[in-house]
Amino acid sequence: MRDTILEMRAIGKEFPGVKALEDVSLRVGRGEVHALMGENGAGKSTLMKVLSGVYPHGSYSGEILVDGAPAAFRGVRDSEAAGIAIIHQELALVPQLSIAENIFLGNERARRGVVDWGRTFGQARGLLERVGLDQDPSVPVSDLGVGQQQLVEIAKALSKDVRLLILDEPTSALNETDSANLLDLLRELRGQGITAILISHKLGEITRVADTVTVLRDGRTIETLDTASGEVTEDRIIRGMVGRDMDHRYPERESRPGRVLFEVVDWTVDHPSQLDRRVVDGASLSVRGGEIVGLAGLMGAGRTEFAMSVFGRSYGRYVSGSLRKGGRPVRIRDVSEAIAHGIAYVPEDRKELGLLLDDDILRNITLAGLDRVSRNGVIDPAREAVRADDARRRMRVKSRDVFQAAGQLSGGNQQKVVLGKWMFTEPDLLILDEPTRGIDVGAKYEIYLIIQSLARQGKGVLLISSELPELIGMCDRVYTMNDGRITGEVPRDRADQETLMRLMTTARAGAR
Amino acid sequence: MSAVRDLLRGNARQYGMVMALLAIVVLFEILTGGLLLRPLNITNLIMQNSYVLILAIGMMLVIITGHIDLSVGSIVAFVGALSAVMLTSWGLPVWAVVPAALLAGALIGAWQGFWVAYVRIPSFIVTLAGMLIFRGATMVVLGGESVGPLPDSLRALGSGYVPDVVDAEVHVLTLLLGALSSAALVWSQWRGRVRSAGHGLPVSSRGLFWARAAATAVVVNAFACVLAVHNGIPVVGVLLVALIVVFSFVMNTTVAGRHVYAVGGNEKAAMLSGVKTRQTTFWVFVTMGALSALAGLVFMARLNAATPRAGTMFELDAIAAAFIGGASAAGGVGTVIGAVVGALVMGVMNNGMSLIGLGVDWQQGIKGLVLLAAVAFDIYNKNRVGPRRGGRDRSGAGGGGRLPAEEPPERAPTAAM
Repeated sequence: MRDTILEMRAIGKEFPGVKALEDVSLRVGRGEVHALMGENGAGKSTLMKVLSGVYPHGSYSGEILVDGAPAAFRGVRDSEAAGIAIIHQELALVPQLSIAENIFLGNERARRGVVDWGRTFGQARGLLERVGLDQDPSVPVSDLGVGQQQLVEIAKALSKDVRLLILDEPTSALNETDSANLLDLLRELRGQGITAILISHKLGEITRVADTVTVLRDGRTIETLDTASGEVTEDRIIRGMVGRDMDHRYPERESRPGRVLFEVVDWTVDHPSQLDRRVVDGASLSVRGGEIVGLAGLMGAGRTEFAMSVFGRSYGRYVSGSLRKGGRPVRIRDVSEAIAHGIAYVPEDRKELGLLLDDDILRNITLAGLDRVSRNGVIDPAREAVRADDARRRMRVKSRDVFQAAGQLSGGNQQKVVLGKWMFTEPDLLILDEPTRGIDVGAKYEIYLIIQSLARQGKGVLLISSELPELIGMCDRVYTMNDGRITGEVPRDRADQETLMRLMTTARAGAR
Repeated sequence: MSAVRDLLRGNARQYGMVMALLAIVVLFEILTGGLLLRPLNITNLIMQNSYVLILAIGMMLVIITGHIDLSVGSIVAFVGALSAVMLTSWGLPVWAVVPAALLAGALIGAWQGFWVAYVRIPSFIVTLAGMLIFRGATMVVLGGESVGPLPDSLRALGSGYVPDVVDAEVHVLTLLLGALSSAALVWSQWRGRVRSAGHGLPVSSRGLFWARAAATAVVVNAFACVLAVHNGIPVVGVLLVALIVVFSFVMNTTVAGRHVYAVGGNEKAAMLSGVKTRQTTFWVFVTMGALSALAGLVFMARLNAATPRAGTMFELDAIAAAFIGGASAAGGVGTVIGAVVGALVMGVMNNGMSLIGLGVDWQQGIKGLVLLAAVAFDIYNKNRVGPRRGGRDRSGAGGGGRLPAEEPPERAPTAAM
């Protein structure tokens, strides 16, 4: 048994309305690579924010012991002083500054406020050697690829004499070579006595690099497995990750799928700014009228990117692929054409992409369908008010009237407004991206009812969700996605959490 | 009584602005010993501020879209210069020069709109460049000298009055127009109310409606009487009323207007709702260009010459008017009427302070403070009323370095657009 560098005991953390962590315990041995696994929303990132002091001592319950002594971090500086550094998924580098300047940002090699450039560049060179980055420290970070930027982040952490390095999904934005290099580096650092906690969704890399695996689910520790004892298998991890309770009831529904309404064939999309990154790779799927089809995938699988790209090429650079509606090919080059062809997309990020928060419910609801309440470009205000109020009632938005600002509504009601906006365009196909995220249980149930009534009207629904029980409870069929590819298609009667999770985590499984 | 409270709560900002304007008018009426509201002075007020009013209407649109236009003063000068040369050196008739000038303004707007909307260069930079380019072009066109005088038919645009139908002590046509327009106003409000009621929508009580209608009629007719005692309605006054009516209509009740608000309110959400965001931005700049040209014609006509320094600082007056009138620097908020009230606040203050003999030095400082106070009051109000706007901090102040203190766990990354 290695001695313990970090122990977290019975950690609990609550946000208004949500229990993110209930009872998490984590023991990390000195000099190991410790993998932390779990579905989206299992509490991994929250736990790491507690550990690194982003959520200061006192805002959570439970105890943190570093080297056996209790620790009370009031901020990131405290945790860094204790030798703990976290590298977030979104890198925190200043692109215009050089590698060396970034490494010592906030920690400058300086004397009385004057930077000692000799020391800065000399030490930076040494650190870059340690992380295996063959670049001059004076190169601006913006000239580096994402993989190299990640190495700069690690060098930055090393410059602070880190003993425990936390990496939050470090490989999610990397291509395969860069990922392999990064994992090799972790092993090398382990040899130098640096402990690492690795959050990842990729089973392959976990089994390759991790010494110990802790699985979280719904804010609790499920189990901790030791690779050396041979008990870490992909099956075992999957079983630990899923098995989330079917705690929300899903309304009963009789499904009567009709003819194929909408098909996407071989859809391929590149990242908008990174040249070599394929985000969606040859994805094909179909939706029938009256059918609710699920799209499962872990973070970074490319589900949102796929959906937005299909919806009038509103994401990334379109490479290839075709769309068919009712068997006939259609060309959709922008959002207004998508709307004209009866497609609606309810985005995942309501506030950023879905709503005009300063504007009232009325203006939000009618924005995408103004042609329905106007003639020759002139809006009929009375008709607009009536139709908007009608939509508000049907969606059961809880508000005084349609003249309340959308920004003042609760999350569930905001989501209903966004749904109402797309109902207003009377679409044939609805793409719903995480429609119940951050919404309380009661509102969730109402949204399920709305989705089902849409299917009953013969519309096709494509439901993107990170909650497997939701997909299993609601959908007729579920596609799984990983790394930009469709990895499987599972009909309702064969859909269970383990099957889906396996398809969501394997690189390229044969369908079914 | 609750109906009144509802009305005030819903439109607190609008009423606040009008109240502030009234307070300033009353203040200077007292300070100037009744000079401010003399018929002659009111006519002057309209003529002196007409070009800033025209610019403020366009600037309001630009700011609602989330942009800014610093070049309008230079465009005023450039279009004025161009028209003066066409009228005097080339001897072209007024009926050809006016449309040509407006077209030139629209083309300049299209040029700037192209860089802002399609190349996505910040409007601050594009229009700063435009400010220099067109000021320089003005000097080239005029050869550094003033060009004038201008034909009488054009001068009427800046300093003429609508001719009267009969010869009388007072301007009868003005009184007639006042009565007609107040009737039209009340009628259109009544029709809207009947329509709303027909759809089963809640409407304000009958008493309240008529009280408001009566107030509208009194104000409009009193204003007409004041003008009638002097020389009647200035030509530019008619032009202004038309612009205010048309632009209010476009912004309130057309699809195009709604799209302008949506682009400024949340560009990504607007794009994902099928709004052609780049086209919308482009056309707003074209409109601003055309309005700048119109302001240029009016200013030149009033001066009876085109000068190289014409329009200097007009852009700042127009921007200040829009912000005093309730625009938000973040975009998506503001009304045409607001811009007009904002411009009038500035105009009355200018005029009033001049009348009581305050120096230009003091005038500048006081106007600056009023601008700051108006926006500070606005922000104070916004933070006090209702919950804070969640998630989105577009004020730009200190947003960058904040730690994500209490956000829900594990949000998926927003797809880069």
